Amino acid sequence: MPAAPAIEADHLVKIYKRVHAVDGVSFAVAPGSITGLLGGNGAGKTTTIAMIMGLIAPTSGRVSVLGAEMPRQRYRVLQRMNFESPYVDMPMRLTIRQNLTVFGMLYGVPDLASRIAELAEALDLRDLLDRQTGKLSAGQKTRVSLAKSLINAPELLLLDEPTASLDPDTADWVRARLERYCRDRNATVLLASHNMAEVERLCERVIIMKRGRIEDDDTPERLLTRYGRRTLEEVFLDVARGRGEQREAAQ
Amino acid sequence: MITGTETGLAFSPRRVAAMMLRYWYLLRSSWPRLIELIYWPTVQMFTWGFLQYYIAQNAGFFARASGTFIGAVLLWDILFRGQLGFSISFLEEMWARNMGNLMMSPLRPFEFIAALMVMSVVRLSIGVIPVSLLAFAFFGFNLYGLGLALVAFFLNLMLTSWAVGIFVSGLVLRNGLGAENLAWSIMFLFMPLTCVYYPVTTLPTWLQPVAWALPPTYVFEGMRALLIDHTFRPDLMLDALGLNALFFAAGTFGFLKLLQSARRNGSLMQTGE
Repeated sequence: MPAAPAIEADHLVKIYKRVHAVDGVSFAVAPGSITGLLGGNGAGKTTTIAMIMGLIAPTSGRVSVLGAEMPRQRYRVLQRMNFESPYVDMPMRLTIRQNLTVFGMLYGVPDLASRIAELAEALDLRDLLDRQTGKLSAGQKTRVSLAKSLINAPELLLLDEPTASLDPDTADWVRARLERYCRDRNATVLLASHNMAEVERLCERVIIMKRGRIEDDDTPERLLTRYGRRTLEEVFLDVARGRGEQREAAQ
Repeated sequence: MITGTETGLAFSPRRVAAMMLRYWYLLRSSWPRLIELIYWPTVQMFTWGFLQYYIAQNAGFFARASGTFIGAVLLWDILFRGQLGFSISFLEEMWARNMGNLMMSPLRPFEFIAALMVMSVVRLSIGVIPVSLLAFAFFGFNLYGLGLALVAFFLNLMLTSWAVGIFVSGLVLRNGLGAENLAWSIMFLFMPLTCVYYPVTTLPTWLQPVAWALPPTYVFEGMRALLIDHTFRPDLMLDALGLNALFFAAGTFGFLKLLQSARRNGSLMQTGE
């Protein structure tokens, strides 16, 4: 029997006044998989992720996470998940160690000092632990956010543009750490990104959103074949500019 | 079966301690924040202290009512700084764009509120204890000489400040930092109505029922009874406690409803203006 999905969205709708930010989205994410959520600005990625996290209540439809209905049963599962987003920051005046201590306590992490040391080692933060978070470079801050998102060793990790504003080398470094974490822990990841190379490298499945709807949903290889393209970026541009629809109509 | 874990009613002292630690780290790291806690109460106390000193030399009644102004200033500071201490700790999360991290964590609303309440007492103590000592040194007013009455005054004023702080935090959560000004100004609406510096009978008759609907009015009347007539009025304190229970329940209910509304309109993700 296949394992229950880690995330299950069923006809998810979010309307702000008259704007349909998310318009009838349905998908399921298998446990232990890495899924990319692609889409241009305003496609509905962040709103979809916020509904999965329970930060936004859907207008209609339902979403369940690790078997709990969100946002109603969120406290059943929040301890087993975590997230990283450029829309939230870590408190700037606190040192990295202080921030990780506070979040570790919030998540009920046992043997917190060891966990912080372990993460500092894995994310190359050991020498920075007692530095104020606000005094770090963009790359270092991203590593701290990543450390926070991994503090509770989550089964489910929601990442919203995790390598935005990073130079290619640091971004690649972060991707390698994420890959290793997922492999080692068999964690499920839902990754919203604008970075096609990132999605191509990390994700075994890609959901493409446009104007609040799912435009396509497949493995990167099959998307490339279907659109007759060499890169996901070209596929993304086809979808964004409506060439996918034209192709379907022609067929 | 629905459990406390599902509904958010479960309470973890460790998570409350985590939030207190977070605010303590912040206070410790910023001396302007510490100075600010002491600065305004000191300015207030000196302004009113010297005014009372001047009036006492020129009016027989005020000579008898020694300490009512300074007492009122110190008790007003408990009310005002208590609410501000609660609201500023909350606003720190908005300013730091950290609310999403907290709302996504297992921290329950009641634990968050509990941590903010404790921190408001910590912040208040940092400000009011040195100022109360200055009041004794400069004007001979011994706040602690009020004895058990001070405990009753303090408890009632803190309850009101928390109730208002909880409600204002809900408004900021729902409406973003555009509602921040309320945190700074809402308590000043209480100042004329709760009769901090004058008896309720000074107000027009039609306004007096409004004053008696506010718990701090009972505390300031109680303080005047103690300092002028040397009588402690437990009846006033019990009335204030009853009203405070209503205020606190209404503030918490309002916060939870506004949080629910913030979840509906997506403002938990948009913590700007």
